[in-house]
Amino acid sequence: MTPTEPSTNVTDVDPEASPELGRETSETGRRTPIVGEHTQALARIPGQATAMTVRLQELRAFYGAAEQVRGIDLEFRANEVTAIIGPSGCGKSTMIRCINRMHEEIPGAHAEGRVLLDDVNIYDASVDVVAVRRAIGMVFQKPNPFPTMSIFDNVAAGLRLSGRRGSDLRAKVESALRSAGLWEEVSERLDEPGAGLSGGQQQRLCIARSLAVDPEVILMDEPCSALDPIATLKIEELIEELKRRVTIVIVTHNMQQAARVADRTAFILGGELVEVGATQEIFTKPTDPRTEEYVTGKFG
Amino acid sequence: MSAAGATPDRLARFAVSPRRRRRDNLARAGILGATLIALVPLVLIIYYLLTKGLGAWSSSFFTTDPTGNTFFKNSSIGGIKSAILGTIEIVALASAISVPIGIGVAIWLVEYGRDSWFAQVVRFFVDVLTGVPSIIFGLFVYIVLIVGTGSTYAGYKGAIALSLLMLPVVIRSAEVVLLLVPDSLRESALALGAPRWRMIFSVVLPTALPGMVTGVLLAIARAAGETAPLLFTAGATLKSGFNLSGFMNSLPIQIYGDVTSPTASVEQRAWGAALTLVAMILALNLIARLIARRSRLA
Repeated sequence: MTPTEPSTNVTDVDPEASPELGRETSETGRRTPIVGEHTQALARIPGQATAMTVRLQELRAFYGAAEQVRGIDLEFRANEVTAIIGPSGCGKSTMIRCINRMHEEIPGAHAEGRVLLDDVNIYDASVDVVAVRRAIGMVFQKPNPFPTMSIFDNVAAGLRLSGRRGSDLRAKVESALRSAGLWEEVSERLDEPGAGLSGGQQQRLCIARSLAVDPEVILMDEPCSALDPIATLKIEELIEELKRRVTIVIVTHNMQQAARVADRTAFILGGELVEVGATQEIFTKPTDPRTEEYVTGKFG
Repeated sequence: MSAAGATPDRLARFAVSPRRRRRDNLARAGILGATLIALVPLVLIIYYLLTKGLGAWSSSFFTTDPTGNTFFKNSSIGGIKSAILGTIEIVALASAISVPIGIGVAIWLVEYGRDSWFAQVVRFFVDVLTGVPSIIFGLFVYIVLIVGTGSTYAGYKGAIALSLLMLPVVIRSAEVVLLLVPDSLRESALALGAPRWRMIFSVVLPTALPGMVTGVLLAIARAAGETAPLLFTAGATLKSGFNLSGFMNSLPIQIYGDVTSPTASVEQRAWGAALTLVAMILALNLIARLIARRSRLA
Protein backbone atom coordinates (compact mmCIF):
# COMPACT_ATOMS: atom_id res chain seq x y z
CA MET A 1 0.00 0.00 0.00
CA THR A 2 2.62 2.53 1.02
CA PRO A 3 4.30 3.98 -2.02
CA THR A 4 7.94 3.15 -2.06
CA GLU A 5 10.21 6.03 -1.35
CA PRO A 6 11.66 7.55 -4.48
CA SER A 7 14.97 5.93 -5.12
CA THR A 8 18.08 8.01 -5.55
CA ASN A 9 18.16 7.60 -9.31
CA VAL A 10 15.07 9.71 -9.75
CA THR A 11 15.96 12.49 -7.37
CA ASP A 12 18.93 13.53 -9.44
CA VAL A 13 17.30 13.86 -12.81
CA ASP A 14 19.87 14.77 -15.38
CA PRO A 15 18.93 18.30 -16.44
CA GLU A 16 20.42 17.73 -19.87
CA ALA A 17 18.23 14.71 -20.42
CA SER A 18 15.18 16.91 -20.15
CA PRO A 19 16.17 20.44 -21.06
CA GLU A 20 12.56 21.12 -21.92
CA LEU A 21 11.46 20.59 -18.34
CA GLY A 22 13.84 23.14 -16.94
CA ARG A 23 12.98 25.77 -19.50
CA GLU A 24 9.27 25.33 -19.10
CA THR A 25 9.26 26.44 -15.48
CA SER A 26 11.40 29.50 -15.95
CA GLU A 27 9.54 30.66 -19.03
CA THR A 28 6.12 30.51 -17.52
CA GLY A 29 7.48 32.16 -14.40
CA ARG A 30 5.13 30.44 -11.99
CA ARG A 31 5.89 30.53 -8.31
CA THR A 32 8.39 27.87 -7.41
CA PRO A 33 7.74 26.53 -3.93
CA ILE A 34 10.72 25.84 -1.77
CA VAL A 35 11.43 22.15 -1.95
CA GLY A 36 10.55 20.56 1.35
CA GLU A 37 7.84 23.02 2.27
CA HIS A 38 5.17 20.93 0.67
CA THR A 39 2.37 22.27 2.74
CA GLN A 40 3.01 25.71 1.38
CA ALA A 41 2.76 24.53 -2.18
CA LEU A 42 -0.41 22.56 -1.56
CA ALA A 43 -2.18 25.08 0.62
CA ARG A 44 -3.97 27.39 -1.71
CA ILE A 45 -6.38 30.21 -1.44
CA PRO A 46 -9.77 28.90 -2.56
CA GLY A 47 -10.96 30.44 -5.80
CA GLN A 48 -7.48 31.46 -6.79
CA ALA A 49 -6.17 28.19 -8.06
CA THR A 50 -4.12 28.36 -11.23
CA ALA A 51 -3.21 25.53 -13.52
CA MET A 52 -0.03 23.70 -12.60
CA THR A 53 2.35 21.57 -14.56
CA VAL A 54 2.59 17.89 -13.67
CA ARG A 55 5.67 15.85 -14.38
CA LEU A 56 6.00 12.11 -14.12
CA GLN A 57 9.54 10.90 -13.49
CA GLU A 58 10.35 7.21 -13.81
CA LEU A 59 6.80 6.43 -12.73
CA ARG A 60 6.17 2.76 -12.10
CA ALA A 61 2.91 1.27 -10.89
CA PHE A 62 2.30 -2.21 -9.58
CA TYR A 63 -0.59 -4.47 -8.77
CA GLY A 64 1.01 -6.81 -6.30
CA ALA A 65 4.15 -7.88 -8.14
CA ALA A 66 2.78 -7.18 -11.61
CA GLU A 67 4.25 -4.02 -13.10
CA GLN A 68 1.57 -2.25 -15.11
CA VAL A 69 3.35 1.07 -15.67
CA ARG A 70 7.01 0.58 -16.50
CA GLY A 71 8.91 3.77 -15.92
CA ILE A 72 7.17 6.65 -17.63
CA ASP A 73 8.64 10.14 -17.94
CA LEU A 74 6.00 12.57 -19.11
CA GLU A 75 5.02 16.18 -18.67
CA PHE A 76 1.54 17.65 -18.62
CA ARG A 77 1.86 21.37 -19.22
CA ALA A 78 -0.19 23.96 -17.42
CA ASN A 79 -3.29 25.16 -19.26
CA GLU A 80 -2.97 22.46 -21.84
CA VAL A 81 -5.02 19.38 -22.57
CA THR A 82 -2.91 16.26 -22.86
CA ALA A 83 -4.57 13.14 -24.24
CA ILE A 84 -3.35 9.68 -23.34
CA ILE A 85 -4.05 7.10 -26.01
CA GLY A 86 -3.19 3.43 -26.25
CA PRO A 87 -4.81 0.02 -26.53
CA SER A 88 -6.84 -1.52 -23.68
CA GLY A 89 -4.71 -2.71 -20.80
CA CYS A 90 -1.70 -0.61 -21.77
CA GLY A 91 -1.63 1.10 -18.39
CA LYS A 92 -3.03 4.52 -19.26
CA SER A 93 -5.77 4.46 -16.61
CA THR A 94 -3.33 3.11 -14.04
CA MET A 95 -0.94 5.89 -14.94
CA ILE A 96 -3.38 8.74 -14.44
CA ARG A 97 -4.64 7.17 -11.22
CA CYS A 98 -1.08 7.54 -9.94
CA ILE A 99 -1.24 11.29 -10.53
CA ASN A 100 -3.72 11.85 -7.69
CA ARG A 101 -2.61 8.80 -5.76
CA MET A 102 -5.85 6.92 -6.31
CA HIS A 103 -3.89 3.92 -7.54
CA GLU A 104 -2.80 3.06 -4.01
CA GLU A 105 -6.45 2.73 -2.92
CA ILE A 106 -6.55 -0.63 -4.65
CA PRO A 107 -5.47 -3.34 -2.20
CA GLY A 108 -1.97 -4.54 -2.97
CA ALA A 109 -1.23 -1.77 -5.44
CA HIS A 110 1.63 0.71 -5.16
CA ALA A 111 3.58 3.18 -7.23
CA GLU A 112 7.24 4.13 -7.45
CA GLY A 113 9.02 7.12 -8.92
CA ARG A 114 8.04 10.73 -8.71
CA VAL A 115 5.05 12.81 -9.68
CA LEU A 116 5.86 16.49 -9.48
CA LEU A 117 3.10 19.04 -9.10
CA ASP A 118 5.13 22.09 -10.04
CA ASP A 119 8.11 21.30 -7.83
CA VAL A 120 6.49 19.17 -5.17
CA ASN A 121 6.80 15.42 -5.34
CA ILE A 122 3.35 14.22 -4.32
CA TYR A 123 4.82 10.87 -3.33
CA ASP A 124 7.08 12.52 -0.76
CA ALA A 125 6.60 11.06 2.71
CA SER A 126 5.58 14.43 4.16
CA VAL A 127 2.80 15.01 1.63
CA ASP A 128 -0.80 14.51 2.75
CA VAL A 129 -2.63 12.42 0.20
CA VAL A 130 -5.86 14.29 0.97
CA ALA A 131 -4.23 17.62 0.03
CA VAL A 132 -2.98 16.07 -3.21
CA ARG A 133 -6.48 15.06 -4.20
CA ARG A 134 -7.83 18.52 -3.49
CA ALA A 135 -5.28 19.94 -5.89
CA ILE A 136 -5.74 17.25 -8.53
CA GLY A 137 -9.36 16.41 -9.26
CA MET A 138 -10.65 13.41 -11.13
CA VAL A 139 -13.58 12.59 -13.40
CA PHE A 140 -14.34 8.93 -13.87
CA GLN A 141 -15.42 6.80 -16.78
CA LYS A 142 -18.99 6.33 -15.63
CA PRO A 143 -20.89 9.35 -14.32
CA ASN A 144 -21.21 8.68 -10.60
CA PRO A 145 -23.11 11.41 -8.74
CA PHE A 146 -23.72 10.55 -5.08
CA PRO A 147 -27.11 8.78 -5.18
CA THR A 148 -28.34 10.08 -1.83
CA MET A 149 -27.66 13.72 -2.64
CA SER A 150 -29.47 16.42 -4.58
CA ILE A 151 -27.87 18.25 -7.49
CA PHE A 152 -26.89 21.07 -5.15
CA ASP A 153 -25.49 18.72 -2.52
CA ASN A 154 -23.51 16.80 -5.10
CA VAL A 155 -21.61 19.94 -6.05
CA ALA A 156 -21.39 21.11 -2.45
CA ALA A 157 -20.12 17.64 -1.50
CA GLY A 158 -16.72 18.50 -2.85
CA LEU A 159 -16.49 21.40 -0.41
CA ARG A 160 -18.17 19.65 2.49
CA LEU A 161 -16.21 16.42 2.10
CA SER A 162 -12.93 18.25 2.12
CA GLY A 163 -13.99 20.04 5.27
CA ARG A 164 -14.18 23.46 3.69
CA ARG A 165 -17.37 25.20 4.53
CA GLY A 166 -18.08 28.76 3.68
CA SER A 167 -20.96 31.14 3.93
CA ASP A 168 -20.78 31.51 0.18
CA LEU A 169 -21.51 27.83 -0.46
CA ARG A 170 -24.39 28.75 -2.76
CA ALA A 171 -22.24 31.06 -4.82
CA LYS A 172 -19.54 28.45 -5.14
CA VAL A 173 -22.02 25.80 -6.23
CA GLU A 174 -23.49 28.14 -8.80
CA SER A 175 -20.09 29.10 -10.13
CA ALA A 176 -19.02 25.43 -10.42
CA LEU A 177 -22.26 24.53 -12.21
CA ARG A 178 -21.79 27.47 -14.58
CA SER A 179 -18.22 26.44 -15.31
CA ALA A 180 -19.46 22.94 -16.09
CA GLY A 181 -22.07 24.36 -18.46
CA LEU A 182 -24.89 22.88 -16.43
CA TRP A 183 -26.33 25.88 -14.61
CA GLU A 184 -28.93 26.79 -17.25
CA GLU A 185 -30.29 23.24 -17.23
CA VAL A 186 -30.51 22.67 -13.48
CA SER A 187 -30.84 26.06 -11.79
CA GLU A 188 -34.58 25.53 -11.29
CA ARG A 189 -34.26 22.08 -9.76
CA LEU A 190 -31.20 22.09 -7.56
CA ASP A 191 -33.04 20.09 -4.90
CA GLU A 192 -33.81 17.16 -7.17
CA PRO A 193 -31.61 14.05 -6.94
CA GLY A 194 -28.48 14.15 -9.05
CA ALA A 195 -29.16 10.61 -10.21
CA GLY A 196 -32.28 11.88 -12.04
CA LEU A 197 -30.24 13.73 -14.67
CA SER A 198 -29.33 12.28 -18.06
CA GLY A 199 -25.97 10.56 -18.44
CA GLY A 200 -24.32 13.56 -20.05
CA GLN A 201 -25.73 15.93 -17.44
CA GLN A 202 -24.57 13.57 -14.69
CA GLN A 203 -21.06 13.63 -16.08
CA ARG A 204 -21.10 17.44 -16.21
CA LEU A 205 -22.42 17.37 -12.64
CA CYS A 206 -19.39 15.27 -11.70
CA ILE A 207 -17.14 17.79 -13.46
CA ALA A 208 -18.85 20.60 -11.52
CA ARG A 209 -18.31 18.62 -8.33
CA SER A 210 -14.59 18.38 -8.93
CA LEU A 211 -14.37 22.02 -10.06
CA ALA A 212 -16.01 23.20 -6.84
CA VAL A 213 -12.89 22.44 -4.82
CA ASP A 214 -10.74 24.55 -7.16
CA PRO A 215 -8.21 22.01 -8.37
CA GLU A 216 -5.15 22.98 -10.41
CA VAL A 217 -5.30 19.80 -12.43
CA ILE A 218 -8.21 17.64 -13.57
CA LEU A 219 -7.71 14.03 -14.60
CA MET A 220 -10.34 12.52 -16.85
CA ASP A 221 -10.45 8.77 -17.27
CA GLU A 222 -12.43 8.16 -20.47
CA PRO A 223 -15.06 10.69 -19.41
CA CYS A 224 -17.20 10.24 -22.51
CA SER A 225 -17.11 6.50 -23.03
CA ALA A 226 -20.57 6.07 -21.46
CA LEU A 227 -22.11 9.05 -23.27
CA ASP A 228 -23.86 9.60 -26.60
CA PRO A 229 -22.22 11.77 -29.30
CA ILE A 230 -24.12 14.94 -28.39
CA ALA A 231 -23.30 14.70 -24.69
CA THR A 232 -19.71 13.89 -25.70
CA LEU A 233 -19.54 17.04 -27.79
CA LYS A 234 -20.70 19.13 -24.84
CA ILE A 235 -18.03 17.66 -22.60
CA GLU A 236 -15.41 18.31 -25.25
CA GLU A 237 -16.47 21.95 -25.56
CA LEU A 238 -16.30 22.15 -21.80
CA ILE A 239 -12.77 20.77 -21.77
CA GLU A 240 -11.75 23.49 -24.22
CA GLU A 241 -13.19 26.10 -21.80
CA LEU A 242 -11.70 24.57 -18.69
CA LYS A 243 -8.11 24.50 -19.83
CA ARG A 244 -7.97 28.24 -19.26
CA ARG A 245 -7.98 27.58 -15.54
CA VAL A 246 -6.76 24.01 -15.10
CA THR A 247 -4.37 21.52 -16.57
CA ILE A 248 -6.25 18.62 -18.10
CA VAL A 249 -5.13 15.06 -18.63
CA ILE A 250 -7.62 12.93 -20.50
CA VAL A 251 -7.44 9.21 -21.15
CA THR A 252 -9.40 8.27 -24.24
CA HIS A 253 -10.02 5.32 -26.47
CA ASN A 254 -11.42 7.58 -29.11
CA MET A 255 -8.69 8.94 -31.33
CA GLN A 256 -10.96 11.48 -32.96
CA GLN A 257 -11.64 12.80 -29.49
CA ALA A 258 -7.93 13.10 -28.77
CA ALA A 259 -7.50 14.93 -32.07
CA ARG A 260 -10.38 17.27 -31.24
CA VAL A 261 -9.56 18.26 -27.69
CA ALA A 262 -5.89 17.70 -26.99
CA ASP A 263 -3.00 20.09 -27.45
CA ARG A 264 -0.58 17.26 -26.94
CA THR A 265 -1.03 13.53 -27.16
CA ALA A 266 0.94 10.72 -25.55
CA PHE A 267 0.87 7.17 -26.87
CA ILE A 268 1.33 4.44 -24.27
CA LEU A 269 1.99 0.81 -25.08
CA GLY A 270 2.70 -2.03 -22.67
CA GLY A 271 3.11 0.34 -19.75
CA GLU A 272 5.73 2.43 -21.54
CA LEU A 273 5.59 5.80 -23.22
CA VAL A 274 6.12 5.32 -26.93
CA GLU A 275 5.81 8.90 -28.05
CA VAL A 276 4.52 12.27 -26.94
CA GLY A 277 4.12 15.41 -28.94
CA ALA A 278 1.78 17.98 -30.40
CA THR A 279 -1.46 16.21 -31.23
CA GLN A 280 -1.22 17.04 -34.90
CA GLU A 281 2.30 15.64 -35.09
CA ILE A 282 1.26 12.40 -33.39
CA PHE A 283 -1.61 11.88 -35.78
CA THR A 284 0.01 13.04 -39.01
CA LYS A 285 3.72 12.32 -38.78
CA PRO A 286 4.56 10.22 -35.74
CA THR A 287 8.20 9.33 -35.37
CA ASP A 288 7.64 5.84 -34.01
CA PRO A 289 6.25 3.20 -36.39
CA ARG A 290 4.15 1.72 -33.56
CA THR A 291 2.39 5.04 -33.06
CA GLU A 292 1.66 5.22 -36.74
CA GLU A 293 0.23 1.71 -36.74
CA TYR A 294 -1.98 2.52 -33.79
CA VAL A 295 -3.31 5.88 -34.98
CA THR A 296 -4.00 4.51 -38.43
CA GLY A 297 -6.00 1.67 -36.91
CA LYS A 298 -3.68 -1.22 -37.72
CA PHE A 299 -4.01 -2.55 -34.16
CA GLY A 300 -5.66 -1.74 -30.85
CA MET B 1 -47.26 -19.74 -38.81
CA SER B 2 -47.54 -23.33 -39.95
CA ALA B 3 -49.54 -22.73 -43.09
CA ALA B 4 -46.75 -20.75 -44.75
CA GLY B 5 -45.98 -23.54 -47.14
CA ALA B 6 -43.99 -25.84 -44.84
CA THR B 7 -44.77 -29.50 -45.20
CA PRO B 8 -45.91 -31.38 -42.07
CA ASP B 9 -42.67 -33.37 -42.23
CA ARG B 10 -40.52 -30.32 -41.89
CA LEU B 11 -42.67 -28.94 -39.09
CA ALA B 12 -42.34 -32.18 -37.13
CA ARG B 13 -38.66 -31.53 -36.76
CA PHE B 14 -39.46 -28.53 -34.57
CA ALA B 15 -42.33 -30.06 -32.58
CA VAL B 16 -41.95 -30.91 -28.88
CA SER B 17 -41.61 -34.66 -28.56
CA PRO B 18 -44.32 -36.40 -26.47
CA ARG B 19 -41.64 -37.81 -24.19
CA ARG B 20 -40.27 -34.36 -23.38
CA ARG B 21 -43.77 -33.02 -22.87
CA ARG B 22 -44.52 -35.81 -20.36
CA ARG B 23 -41.30 -35.18 -18.48
CA ASP B 24 -41.95 -31.48 -18.43
CA ASN B 25 -45.44 -31.95 -16.99
CA LEU B 26 -44.12 -34.39 -14.40
CA ALA B 27 -41.40 -32.01 -13.28
CA ARG B 28 -43.82 -29.10 -13.11
CA ALA B 29 -46.25 -31.13 -11.03
CA GLY B 30 -43.41 -32.18 -8.74
CA ILE B 31 -42.17 -28.71 -7.91
CA LEU B 32 -45.70 -27.35 -7.56
CA GLY B 33 -46.45 -30.18 -5.14
CA ALA B 34 -43.34 -29.36 -3.09
CA THR B 35 -44.45 -25.75 -2.89
CA LEU B 36 -47.93 -26.71 -1.74
CA ILE B 37 -46.56 -29.10 0.91
CA ALA B 38 -44.33 -26.34 2.25
CA LEU B 39 -47.34 -24.04 2.46
CA VAL B 40 -49.42 -26.49 4.52
CA PRO B 41 -47.73 -25.94 7.90
CA LEU B 42 -47.52 -22.19 7.28
CA VAL B 43 -51.22 -21.93 6.56
CA LEU B 44 -52.10 -24.21 9.49
CA ILE B 45 -49.99 -22.15 11.90
CA ILE B 46 -51.69 -18.94 10.85
CA TYR B 47 -55.11 -20.64 10.92
CA TYR B 48 -54.67 -21.96 14.48
CA LEU B 49 -53.12 -18.71 15.69
CA LEU B 50 -56.06 -16.73 14.38
CA THR B 51 -58.88 -19.07 15.46
CA LYS B 52 -57.47 -19.79 18.90
CA GLY B 53 -55.63 -16.54 19.55
CA LEU B 54 -58.17 -13.97 18.42
CA GLY B 55 -60.63 -15.28 21.03
CA ALA B 56 -58.20 -14.35 23.79
CA TRP B 57 -57.72 -10.81 22.51
CA SER B 58 -59.60 -8.09 24.30
CA SER B 59 -58.68 -4.64 25.50
CA SER B 60 -57.96 -5.88 29.02
CA PHE B 61 -55.78 -8.64 27.54
CA PHE B 62 -53.24 -6.00 26.53
CA THR B 63 -53.67 -3.68 29.50
CA THR B 64 -53.51 -5.98 32.52
CA ASP B 65 -50.67 -8.01 33.95
CA PRO B 66 -51.13 -11.74 34.44
CA THR B 67 -52.46 -12.39 37.95
CA GLY B 68 -50.82 -15.74 38.41
CA ASN B 69 -54.22 -17.01 39.57
CA THR B 70 -54.76 -20.05 37.38
CA PHE B 71 -56.67 -22.55 39.46
CA PHE B 72 -59.87 -20.84 40.55
CA LYS B 73 -62.41 -20.73 37.78
CA ASN B 74 -64.10 -17.52 38.84
CA SER B 75 -61.03 -15.34 39.29
CA SER B 76 -59.41 -13.43 36.44
CA ILE B 77 -56.14 -14.76 35.05
CA GLY B 78 -55.19 -11.32 33.69
CA GLY B 79 -53.61 -10.30 30.41
CA ILE B 80 -50.12 -10.13 28.97
CA LYS B 81 -49.17 -6.49 29.51
CA SER B 82 -45.98 -7.33 31.41
CA ALA B 83 -44.92 -9.77 28.70
CA ILE B 84 -45.39 -7.25 25.89
CA LEU B 85 -43.62 -4.49 27.80
CA GLY B 86 -40.83 -6.84 28.86
CA THR B 87 -40.21 -8.04 25.30
CA ILE B 88 -40.09 -4.46 24.04
CA GLU B 89 -37.71 -3.37 26.80
CA ILE B 90 -35.39 -6.35 26.55
CA VAL B 91 -35.26 -6.23 22.76
CA ALA B 92 -34.71 -2.46 22.80
CA LEU B 93 -31.76 -2.81 25.16
CA ALA B 94 -30.40 -5.77 23.16
CA SER B 95 -30.59 -3.64 20.00
CA ALA B 96 -28.94 -0.69 21.71
CA ILE B 97 -26.04 -2.99 22.51
CA SER B 98 -25.73 -5.00 19.31
CA VAL B 99 -26.58 -2.48 16.59
CA PRO B 100 -23.79 0.09 17.17
CA ILE B 101 -21.22 -2.65 17.77
CA GLY B 102 -22.42 -4.72 14.84
CA ILE B 103 -22.43 -1.84 12.38
CA GLY B 104 -19.03 -0.75 13.66
CA VAL B 105 -17.66 -4.23 12.99
CA ALA B 106 -19.21 -4.26 9.51
CA ILE B 107 -17.72 -0.84 8.66
CA TRP B 108 -14.34 -2.03 9.84
CA LEU B 109 -14.58 -5.24 7.83
CA VAL B 110 -15.59 -3.53 4.59
CA GLU B 111 -13.72 -0.22 4.74
CA TYR B 112 -10.57 -1.08 6.62
CA GLY B 113 -10.04 -4.81 7.21
CA ARG B 114 -10.96 -5.86 3.69
CA ASP B 115 -9.04 -9.06 2.96
CA SER B 116 -6.46 -8.83 5.73
CA TRP B 117 -5.91 -11.97 7.77
CA PHE B 118 -7.52 -10.44 10.84
CA ALA B 119 -10.64 -9.53 8.86
CA GLN B 120 -10.82 -13.11 7.61
CA VAL B 121 -10.56 -14.37 11.19
CA VAL B 122 -13.32 -11.98 12.29
CA ARG B 123 -15.57 -13.10 9.41
CA PHE B 124 -14.96 -16.74 10.32
CA PHE B 125 -15.94 -16.20 13.95
CA VAL B 126 -18.98 -14.17 12.98
CA ASP B 127 -20.07 -17.11 10.81
CA VAL B 128 -19.50 -19.51 13.70
CA LEU B 129 -21.51 -17.23 15.98
CA THR B 130 -24.39 -17.24 13.48
CA GLY B 131 -24.62 -21.00 13.78
CA VAL B 132 -24.54 -21.17 17.58
CA PRO B 133 -27.87 -22.44 19.00
CA SER B 134 -29.66 -19.69 20.88
CA ILE B 135 -29.76 -21.60 24.16
CA ILE B 136 -25.95 -21.48 24.26
CA PHE B 137 -26.08 -17.69 24.49
CA GLY B 138 -28.50 -18.01 27.40
CA LEU B 139 -26.26 -20.56 29.04
CA PHE B 140 -23.20 -18.36 28.55
CA VAL B 141 -24.85 -15.36 30.18
CA TYR B 142 -26.20 -17.61 32.94
CA ILE B 143 -22.72 -18.94 33.73
CA VAL B 144 -20.97 -15.58 33.55
CA LEU B 145 -23.52 -13.10 34.89
CA ILE B 146 -25.66 -15.21 37.21
CA VAL B 147 -23.59 -18.10 38.53
CA GLY B 148 -20.38 -16.12 38.07
CA THR B 149 -21.57 -13.13 40.06
CA GLY B 150 -23.70 -15.13 42.46
CA SER B 151 -26.70 -12.97 41.59
CA THR B 152 -30.07 -13.72 40.09
CA TYR B 153 -32.12 -13.17 36.94
CA ALA B 154 -32.49 -9.69 35.48
CA GLY B 155 -33.97 -8.08 32.38
CA TYR B 156 -30.64 -6.66 31.28
CA LYS B 157 -29.02 -10.09 31.46
CA GLY B 158 -31.67 -11.37 29.06
CA ALA B 159 -30.95 -8.39 26.84
CA ILE B 160 -27.25 -9.23 26.80
CA ALA B 161 -28.03 -12.83 25.79
CA LEU B 162 -30.26 -11.56 22.98
CA SER B 163 -27.67 -9.00 21.87
CA LEU B 164 -25.11 -11.78 21.46
CA LEU B 165 -27.63 -13.59 19.31
CA MET B 166 -28.33 -10.49 17.22
CA LEU B 167 -24.71 -9.41 16.79
CA PRO B 168 -23.69 -11.80 13.99
CA VAL B 169 -26.94 -11.16 12.12
CA VAL B 170 -26.42 -7.39 12.29
CA ILE B 171 -22.75 -7.67 11.25
CA ARG B 172 -23.42 -9.94 8.31
CA SER B 173 -26.40 -8.01 6.95
CA ALA B 174 -24.65 -4.64 7.33
CA GLU B 175 -21.51 -6.02 5.71
CA VAL B 176 -23.45 -7.28 2.69
CA VAL B 177 -25.16 -3.91 2.24
CA LEU B 178 -21.90 -1.97 2.61
CA LEU B 179 -20.32 -4.20 -0.03
CA LEU B 180 -23.18 -3.26 -2.36
CA VAL B 181 -22.15 0.40 -2.25
CA PRO B 182 -20.25 0.83 -5.51
CA ASP B 183 -16.52 1.47 -5.16
CA SER B 184 -16.87 4.24 -7.72
CA LEU B 185 -18.68 6.32 -5.08
CA ARG B 186 -15.87 5.76 -2.59
CA GLU B 187 -13.32 6.67 -5.23
CA SER B 188 -15.05 9.86 -6.26
CA ALA B 189 -15.35 10.95 -2.64
CA LEU B 190 -11.67 10.24 -2.04
CA ALA B 191 -10.74 11.94 -5.32
CA LEU B 192 -12.50 15.09 -4.06
CA GLY B 193 -10.06 15.19 -1.19
CA ALA B 194 -12.27 13.61 1.46
CA PRO B 195 -10.53 11.95 4.38
CA ARG B 196 -11.54 8.30 4.66
CA TRP B 197 -13.77 8.77 7.72
CA ARG B 198 -15.68 11.57 6.05
CA MET B 199 -16.10 9.49 2.90
CA ILE B 200 -17.62 6.74 5.06
CA PHE B 201 -19.96 9.02 6.99
CA SER B 202 -21.07 11.29 4.16
CA VAL B 203 -21.23 8.93 1.21
CA VAL B 204 -21.07 5.24 2.12
CA LEU B 205 -23.35 5.16 5.17
CA PRO B 206 -26.18 7.31 3.72
CA THR B 207 -26.17 5.14 0.60
CA ALA B 208 -26.26 1.93 2.63
CA LEU B 209 -28.67 3.19 5.30
CA PRO B 210 -31.98 1.69 4.07
CA GLY B 211 -30.38 -1.73 3.66
CA MET B 212 -28.78 -1.57 7.08
CA VAL B 213 -32.08 -0.60 8.72
CA THR B 214 -33.71 -3.59 7.04
CA GLY B 215 -31.02 -5.91 8.36
CA VAL B 216 -31.34 -4.50 11.87
CA LEU B 217 -35.13 -4.88 11.85
CA LEU B 218 -34.84 -8.49 10.74
CA ALA B 219 -32.33 -9.16 13.52
CA ILE B 220 -34.72 -7.56 16.01
CA ALA B 221 -37.59 -9.66 14.67
CA ARG B 222 -35.55 -12.78 15.13
CA ALA B 223 -34.46 -11.89 18.66
CA ALA B 224 -37.98 -10.93 19.77
CA GLY B 225 -39.22 -14.47 19.25
CA GLU B 226 -36.41 -16.25 21.09
CA THR B 227 -37.27 -18.14 24.27
CA ALA B 228 -34.13 -20.06 25.07
CA PRO B 229 -31.76 -17.13 25.74
CA LEU B 230 -34.30 -15.62 28.18
CA LEU B 231 -35.26 -18.77 30.09
CA PHE B 232 -32.51 -18.57 32.66
CA THR B 233 -31.35 -15.00 32.22
CA ALA B 234 -34.37 -12.68 32.45
CA GLY B 235 -36.53 -15.01 34.49
CA ALA B 236 -40.31 -14.78 34.56
CA THR B 237 -42.51 -12.49 36.54
CA LEU B 238 -46.08 -11.26 36.59
CA LYS B 239 -45.61 -7.56 37.13
CA SER B 240 -44.71 -5.10 34.44
CA GLY B 241 -42.06 -2.52 35.17
CA PHE B 242 -39.16 -0.61 33.80
CA ASN B 243 -36.47 -1.90 36.12
CA LEU B 244 -34.11 -3.78 33.86
CA SER B 245 -32.11 -5.09 36.80
CA GLY B 246 -35.10 -6.96 38.13
CA PHE B 247 -36.89 -10.06 36.86
CA MET B 248 -38.61 -9.30 33.62
CA ASN B 249 -41.43 -11.01 31.80
CA SER B 250 -41.42 -11.53 28.03
CA LEU B 251 -43.80 -12.89 25.42
CA PRO B 252 -41.94 -16.12 24.62
CA ILE B 253 -41.59 -16.93 28.33
CA GLN B 254 -45.25 -16.10 28.96
CA ILE B 255 -46.27 -18.44 26.14
CA TYR B 256 -43.94 -21.12 27.43
CA GLY B 257 -45.44 -20.91 30.92
CA ASP B 258 -49.05 -20.68 29.82
CA VAL B 259 -49.07 -23.42 27.24
CA THR B 260 -48.07 -26.00 29.83
CA SER B 261 -50.95 -25.01 32.12
CA PRO B 262 -53.86 -27.43 32.61
CA THR B 263 -56.37 -24.58 32.77
CA ALA B 264 -58.11 -23.96 29.43
CA SER B 265 -58.33 -20.17 29.81
CA VAL B 266 -54.61 -19.95 30.53
CA GLU B 267 -53.86 -22.09 27.52
CA GLN B 268 -55.95 -19.75 25.46
CA ARG B 269 -53.91 -16.84 26.79
CA ALA B 270 -50.84 -18.60 25.35
CA TRP B 271 -52.50 -18.55 21.92
CA GLY B 272 -53.39 -14.90 22.34
CA ALA B 273 -49.82 -14.07 23.35
CA ALA B 274 -48.45 -16.09 20.43
CA LEU B 275 -50.68 -14.20 18.01
CA THR B 276 -49.49 -10.92 19.55
CA LEU B 277 -45.85 -11.91 19.12
CA VAL B 278 -46.37 -12.99 15.51
CA ALA B 279 -48.24 -9.76 14.77
CA MET B 280 -45.39 -7.68 16.23
CA ILE B 281 -42.74 -9.56 14.24
CA LEU B 282 -44.84 -9.39 11.08
CA ALA B 283 -45.14 -5.63 11.52
CA LEU B 284 -41.34 -5.34 11.84
CA ASN B 285 -40.90 -7.45 8.72
CA LEU B 286 -43.32 -5.30 6.77
CA ILE B 287 -41.53 -2.14 7.82
CA ALA B 288 -38.22 -3.73 6.83
CA ARG B 289 -39.63 -4.60 3.40
CA LEU B 290 -40.98 -1.10 2.86
CA ILE B 291 -37.62 0.42 3.71
CA ALA B 292 -35.78 -2.10 1.53
CA ARG B 293 -38.01 -1.18 -1.40
CA ARG B 294 -36.99 2.44 -1.05
CA SER B 295 -33.34 1.52 -1.05
CA ARG B 296 -31.26 2.89 -3.88
CA LEU B 297 -29.12 -0.20 -4.00
CA ALA B 298 -30.07 -3.31 -5.91
